[in-house]
Amino acid sequence: MVQPARTLDSMNGKARLAVWKFTSCDGCQLSLLDCEDELLQLAGCVDIAYFMEAASDPAPGPYDLSLVEGSVTTPDELKRIREIRAQSQILVSIGACATAGGIQALRNFADVDDFIAAVYAHPEYIDTLKTSTPISAHVPVDFELNGCPINKRQLLEVISAFLHRRPPQVPAHSVCIECKMRGNVCVWVAHGTPCMGPVTHAGCGAICPAYSRGCYGCFGPKENPNTTSLCDWWQQELGAEKTVVIENLRNFNAADPVFEAASRRREDGGGQE
Amino acid sequence: MQRFQLKAEDLDVLIQVIRAQGHQLVGPVIRDGAIVYDDIQSASDLPRGWKDEQEKGQYRLKRRDDGAYFGYAMGPQSWKKFLQLPRRKVWQARKDSSGIQIVAIEEPAPSLAFLGVRSCELHAIAIQDRVFLGDHYTNDSYAKRREPLLLIAVNCIYAANTCFCTSMNTGPEVTLPADLTMTEVIDVERHLFLISAGSERGQGILQQLPVQPAEVEVKKLAERAVQSAVSQMAQGVRSFDSSDVKELLYRNYESQAWDKLADRCLSCANCTMACPTCFCSTVEDTTDLSGDNAERWERWDSCFTGEFSYISGGAVRADTRSRYRQWMTHKLATWHDQFGTSGCVGCGRCIAWCPVGIDLTEELQRIRELEKE
Repeated sequence: MVQPARTLDSMNGKARLAVWKFTSCDGCQLSLLDCEDELLQLAGCVDIAYFMEAASDPAPGPYDLSLVEGSVTTPDELKRIREIRAQSQILVSIGACATAGGIQALRNFADVDDFIAAVYAHPEYIDTLKTSTPISAHVPVDFELNGCPINKRQLLEVISAFLHRRPPQVPAHSVCIECKMRGNVCVWVAHGTPCMGPVTHAGCGAICPAYSRGCYGCFGPKENPNTTSLCDWWQQELGAEKTVVIENLRNFNAADPVFEAASRRREDGGGQE
Repeated sequence: MQRFQLKAEDLDVLIQVIRAQGHQLVGPVIRDGAIVYDDIQSASDLPRGWKDEQEKGQYRLKRRDDGAYFGYAMGPQSWKKFLQLPRRKVWQARKDSSGIQIVAIEEPAPSLAFLGVRSCELHAIAIQDRVFLGDHYTNDSYAKRREPLLLIAVNCIYAANTCFCTSMNTGPEVTLPADLTMTEVIDVERHLFLISAGSERGQGILQQLPVQPAEVEVKKLAERAVQSAVSQMAQGVRSFDSSDVKELLYRNYESQAWDKLADRCLSCANCTMACPTCFCSTVEDTTDLSGDNAERWERWDSCFTGEFSYISGGAVRADTRSRYRQWMTHKLATWHDQFGTSGCVGCGRCIAWCPVGIDLTEELQRIRELEKE
C-alpha cells in the first residue's frame, strides 16, 4: 500500500484533468486513450481540460490532477515543469521517462555532444541538456506510476484513487509475485533464462515470463531490490556476460538510482560488485 | 486395508470413473518445461516417462526409460492454488440514492479431485486445513473448496535432490488419510499400480475398476520402490535431525547467519509463493472511477514484501535480514507454538525455486555451526 503525499481537496463539480508531455514517445499518454471501455466513464467523471494528444481545445489552469509523461531534457522543459507544478493540485508522473529519465537517459552515461554531432547535420540547432532526468528531480511529485509503458489498469486505479481520496493499490513488490499468481513456470529456474523479475517492480502482470522470456525490468526496481545478488547469479550460474548484465540494467530505467549504481559498479568491478 | 492391483493400461479407467462422478480432475501435466497441476482429461495428459532433476535454484525435466506416470518428484506449483485462490473478490458494494448496498459474492466451488498427491503434500493440505478451518477463524472460500475434495495420493518412487521429507517426518510413504492411495510398480514384466481405498468414496471408485487382489510380489516391489526414494534422501545432503530446530532458532535471533542471508536473498517472495503451506494474503480495497462501486479483493501476499509489515510510520520489517528471519523462524519454530506442527513439509520447493539457490536446510546447518563457535 502506498500512501499518497497529498489528496485532492474537496472539489466543486468535476475534477479538472490535464495530461502533459515532456521528452517521451507518447506511449504512456496513449495508455489513457487505450482505456476504450473506460474512456467514456472517465470523460463523465472528470473534465479533461488539457490533453493535446486527444483534444485540440486546451483550457487554461489551474488543474486538479496533472498526469506528466516524459523526462526533462531541454532548458525549455526545465521551465515548463515548474509552471505545470504551480498550476496543479496533484501531480502524478507516469511512465519510465517521467519516473526515471527513460531510455534517453543513456546520454547520462556518455557525452551528449558526441551523440548530437553523430546524428544531426547542424548540431548548432540543437539545444539540449547533458542529462535526461525524472520529473521528481525538478518539482515535488505526489505519486510515481512506473512502467514502459504504464499499465492502463494501474493508471485508472491511480486516477480513481486520487478522485476518491484513497491510497492507490499499486504494490511495490517483485514481478515474481505476479508470475507465481499467474501460474507461470519460472524461466530462470526451469530454463536458465536470465530474468530481471526478482528485482523489478510489479505492474505489468508478468507478461514476458508468460511468453517464456526473461523480464526486461520495464517497471524499474521494486521496493528493497538486491541487484548485486541477482547480477552475481546471472554471471556465475546462468553464464551471462558482464555486458549483458549491464545492458539489462541500462534500458528504460537506466538512470533510476538503484539500476544506475548497480550498472556503474558492475562496469568498474569486473565480476563481483 | 485391502490392497489391489490395477494394470497401468487401466489407469485411464480410474480417471474416467472420477470424471464421470462430476469431479473436476486436476493432476500433473507438462507445461513450459515443468510438471504443473492442471486439468486432466485422460491418462495421456500425464507426464509419462518424465522426471524432474532439481538443485538449488534449478529445475530441469529429463526422460526416464521406464515409462512411469508418476516418476517425478515435485513441480513448481503446490495444490494450494486450487484451495486458497491466488486472487478472489471478497465482497463489493454499490452506492445509489438509497444508500450503500453490500453485494455478496457467489463464488462457484467446483468439486475438485487431486490426482497424484504426495505424502508431503497431504501434510501440507492438513497444515492449511488447521489454518483455514481451525477453531477460531474459518475461511469460507477455502472451506467450500476443501469440503468436496477427492484425494488420490501417490507414494513417491523417486526423490529429487531437493527433497527432504524424511527429515521432516512427512514422507515419502503416504500415512495420512486419502480417498485412494497408489504406488506405481514397474519391472521388466509388469507395469501396474498397487491401490487401496481410505474412505467410502474411495471404496466406491475402487469397485468400478478392473482390479484384482494384490500379489505378494507386487506388494514387495511397491515397498522396495518407496524404499528407493527413502535411500535417495538418506544419501543426500539434506538429511538431518529436525527435532531440535525450534529451540535452535529461538536461541539464534542474532546469528550472523542472518546477515549473510541478507546479502544473497532477493526478497522476491518466490519461496513463499511456491511453499505449499505459506498461507498469507492481503486485501485490496478499490473503487471505480465514479466512486459508486467499491470492491475488496483478497490476494496472496508474502512476508518478504515491505507492504506486508507496513503500519503507520513504515514497515516493521524494512530490511531483508528481518524478513528472511521472520519467514524461516515462523516456518520452522513459531509455527509449532501456533499450530502444533512445523510449517515445513520438506518438499524442497523453496530450495529449487529460489532464483539464487538459498537452501533453508543449509542455513539451519550454518546457524548450528555458528552457535558452536
